[in-house]
Amino acid sequence: MTILAILIPVSLGLGLLGLCAFVWALRHGQYQDLEGDAARILFTERDPDG
Amino acid sequence: MRDLEDNPPFSPCCGGGAASALASQAAERWARPSEGRRKRVDLLLPGISCAGCIGSIERGLAQEPGIEFVRVNLSLRRASVEFNPDVSSVSRIIEALEALGYDAKPFDANAMAGVDRDAQGRDLLARLGVAGFAAMNVMLLSVSVWSGAEDATRDFLHWVSALIALPAIAYSGMPFFRSAIGSLRAGRLNMDVPISLAVCLAAGSSLYETMLSGEHAYFDAGISLLFFLLVGRYLDHRTRAVARSSAAELTALSARSATVIAADGSRAAIPAEELSPGALVEVAAGERIPADGVVEVGRSDVDRSLVTGESRPEVVEEGAEVHAGMLNLSGVLRVRARATGEATLLAEIARMVTAAEHGKTRYDRWADQAARIYAPLVHLIAAIAFFGWYLATGDVRLSLSVATALLIITCPCALGLAVPAVHAAAGGKLFRTGVLLKDAGALERLATVDTVVFDKTGTLTDGQPVLNNAPRIDDPAWPIAMALAGSSRHPLARALSEAAAAHSISPAEITEVIEHPGLGIEGRAGDLTARLGSAAWTGAEPTEETAVFLRVGDGTPLAFTFGEVLRMDSPETCSALCGLGLKVVLLSGDGSGPVARLARAAGIPKALSTQTPTDKLAHIRALERDGHRVLMVGDGINDAPALAAASASMSPVAAADVSRAAADLVFTGARLSPVTFAIRTAQTARRRALQNFALAAVYNALAIPLALAGLVTPLVAALAMSGSSIIVTLNAIRGWPTDQRAPLESKDTSQ
Repeated sequence: MTILAILIPVSLGLGLLGLCAFVWALRHGQYQDLEGDAARILFTERDPDG
Repeated sequence: MRDLEDNPPFSPCCGGGAASALASQAAERWARPSEGRRKRVDLLLPGISCAGCIGSIERGLAQEPGIEFVRVNLSLRRASVEFNPDVSSVSRIIEALEALGYDAKPFDANAMAGVDRDAQGRDLLARLGVAGFAAMNVMLLSVSVWSGAEDATRDFLHWVSALIALPAIAYSGMPFFRSAIGSLRAGRLNMDVPISLAVCLAAGSSLYETMLSGEHAYFDAGISLLFFLLVGRYLDHRTRAVARSSAAELTALSARSATVIAADGSRAAIPAEELSPGALVEVAAGERIPADGVVEVGRSDVDRSLVTGESRPEVVEEGAEVHAGMLNLSGVLRVRARATGEATLLAEIARMVTAAEHGKTRYDRWADQAARIYAPLVHLIAAIAFFGWYLATGDVRLSLSVATALLIITCPCALGLAVPAVHAAAGGKLFRTGVLLKDAGALERLATVDTVVFDKTGTLTDGQPVLNNAPRIDDPAWPIAMALAGSSRHPLARALSEAAAAHSISPAEITEVIEHPGLGIEGRAGDLTARLGSAAWTGAEPTEETAVFLRVGDGTPLAFTFGEVLRMDSPETCSALCGLGLKVVLLSGDGSGPVARLARAAGIPKALSTQTPTDKLAHIRALERDGHRVLMVGDGINDAPALAAASASMSPVAAADVSRAAADLVFTGARLSPVTFAIRTAQTARRRALQNFALAAVYNALAIPLALAGLVTPLVAALAMSGSSIIVTLNAIRGWPTDQRAPLESKDTSQ
């Protein structure tokens, strides 16, 4: 059962990583234009100054 | 601003060079400094709807000189543009967008920032994320416990669960705890009280069990309960936030500028709301008069339909009184703004709106109505369960567990989640069809209306005059009239030349054309003087209908009469409304002739004409007193008090500011069908909410006796509660009725 002492922190750490990623995305405006981002995937990349 | 001189006109309706330069100057004030020398402007783009629009705007604008950065936000229908002020300007950007086929309006992003940032929504979302994370992990740990962990292992798993769940509950449950404490302080019981009690009891008793190495801990129940309730809370917030943002956007859109002439004759464009009494304002043909006042110089026709509902233009001269919101049609006017404050028409209307809002009985939202009965009941049953079990067994732990299970199982998910989910789905549906919901509660009020009251000009009609009596095509006067009309931008002249063009008439040869503002147009056809204009000017008998007269030489004047046309689907919409069992009434400020004719054309049996704002308000009040629930649809300043007094109200997006502010819903597009669609959506929402209440009632009727009998552990309670939450949510979001009238089309014409 000592394996639990490793597995539980590991699984919690992974979960926390996901939570941190979510909070990061929330703080950096990743959810501000969901429709637009879904549409932009259809465009081909151009030069930034194009 | 040195590039203004060579700018083409800002918009086709803003008159000559000076007016357009001033209009551009007004547009420039939206630019804000950005990095370095750059400036930044935020634009509303109501017409964009698809991926293609993003591409064509971003690519098209990037090719313009001086544009440094363009980013379109499709969800909010906005664009943010950074440009070099030495090379480009706001008006150039707007022109470039117009050339690409998009109507753009600059707005003050700073004023919208509070609404946009939506701090509360992000806070709720973060709490939701934490609750979700904790619920997943604790659930998995519970799986291990329930699959047979024993002794030290079970204690260890319980402690790990406690370690995750307790901080998560403390953080995620904060909105509920705060609201519950606030409500208790005020001596009331709201839904957050049983929620907080259930969560705290579950957490507290689980911690107690864990410390005593007990068999069962219910951290999972507490945290998953919070997770589901936060989903509901967030959806509810979202609906309100979208409503608030639409309202703020409409305010930002309506910002108008006024051209003030200083004592030294110099002109300046300032926001209309900053206009001080006594200022001299110049109003070009095609502009709306920005403030109440008296005409000091000039002569013109004004369209008062937005103010009084009358469709016939009125001639104004020096000394005539004009009101904010009137449209100047033919000549340039200089208006001395009168003392603002109490005496103005707008102030009078605003007072009536406020009074009407006060007079309206406060509407109780469904969830609040239910909560008032539900919350005390739940506490009572839980208390009975606790004391009943304690008296029967003398076991505090067991009694507490039963009471906790009861609180969790009766948790008001139908109220906390299902109604917000229904509202969010309905609001989203309306938004996609071009109907902006300004107040989430309006959906509930709209569902129960039984009478629809329409205004005429601008609501049932599209506000444009149309030639009624196209004379015989071979009439020799017809080409002369067309030639004269073609040189004017007066709406009646425009309607005349359009009608002539539709009959494939070619204009006659006319020379020396002069437009006399407020009178008409004069020219020479061969040897004869031809006049097209008002009755008095051409020596004709005045008619009751809106008309212009043509006199060639000394001949008898020929009348061209005009009427309004209904929006293309007004008759259909009225009959659809009757089909829904609603009573349809027309209240108009216009004269009885045009009103009766339009009511017949639209198929409205009851029509009242020459209604003042007070009459309209009194009529709505009388209907409401008789127990009717009224939906008022109107656009004019004269409709504003009636809009505020009705149970629910709608305005087209082109309505006067004060009316749009008073209306609950605002619809875009050239059609009237959004009215029917909004009512049907609201009725569906009401049905769904009632179904969800029924589902919740059935579930509680089954679950409460089981919980009272002690057959439900808090874990089972949490699972059952989650299951019911998912069912009511699915019921809320399953297929909604759609507007058969191609929603895309209404978006295209929403400018």
